[in-house]
Amino acid sequence: MIFATVGTQLPFDRLLQGLDTWAERNAGIPILAQSGATSAQLRHVETVSQMGQADFQDRFEKARLIVGHAGMGTILCAAELGKPLILMPRRADYGEHRNDHQQDTAQEMSRLSNVTVVLDVQSLHRALDEAVASDFKVEPSEACAEAEELGLLIEAIRDFVWFEDRKKVSHRHLSRRKLA
Amino acid sequence: MMKAASTKPVILAVSSGGGHWVQMRRLAPAFDGAEVHYATTDASAGDVIDPTRLHIYPDANKDTPLRLAACTLRIAWIVFTLRPQVVVSTGAAGGFLAIRLARLIGARTMFIDSIANARKLSISAQLSLGVADRVLSQWPSVAELTDAEYRGAVI
Repeated sequence: MIFATVGTQLPFDRLLQGLDTWAERNAGIPILAQSGATSAQLRHVETVSQMGQADFQDRFEKARLIVGHAGMGTILCAAELGKPLILMPRRADYGEHRNDHQQDTAQEMSRLSNVTVVLDVQSLHRALDEAVASDFKVEPSEACAEAEELGLLIEAIRDFVWFEDRKKVSHRHLSRRKLA
Repeated sequence: MMKAASTKPVILAVSSGGGHWVQMRRLAPAFDGAEVHYATTDASAGDVIDPTRLHIYPDANKDTPLRLAACTLRIAWIVFTLRPQVVVSTGAAGGFLAIRLARLIGARTMFIDSIANARKLSISAQLSLGVADRVLSQWPSVAELTDAEYRGAVI
């Protein structure tokens, strides 16, 4: 089972239709897509426009491969569960997002060993074929380095919550005066 | 100067749905021991969060002014009735609004920009720079170019 997700805000028909044409040739591999706001009629992919968090988590866990837009929710869930992930970033010039930050995210996240970034339908099809050919294998990731970054951030927030450190406030007033 | 908080703080953790919410959940261990309330846009968060500590507000951005007004009113209600000591947000617009309003009741506030903003700060983070006690970017290169700090990342 392949689980595809495009978030819930704007349509991302380029990805959904790309999946549909691939699914037509690969009828033995079921695809479920959380399709968000879309008017696309998919004939070979099962779609659900929105899912609750419990359902979403369940589908994610059961899937052998995740295909998604370059949203951080998708990327973080896949990293947590060690799932192979094919990412297609949304493009603002196609009306797929308000800006091009998904292009940046995808480029930065391509360093993760479970992530394959595709920019168009052709490379999406190629990545799907390769994932099937390798039986959805993921190379082991640099999980330790990632955990260290997370630990640092949690520590910084914990310090902020538990210690009444307001040293930045004076700086804030200063910068506000500068602006005025 | 730093001094330890004397009582169990009430924290309001504010984030939009989707990736912002997933990042907030990953950071939740930072709130262990405090009374933490979540405010978010997706009611199905009730699947994983105690509903008595969950507050839902309408999703909005700068391109949806009417919803933004509704969002502001709802967040004002949440902030002024809960009266948290600390507000932490992982974005987006609702997080900035909560921080702006929380300043009026003297809460300490932290805005953590989404890791999706790998090249520049989001608009909500830029707005928070003038308001929040702390604004964090999850990218050292972005922190370097702005007044935000880098203190780690969710991945």
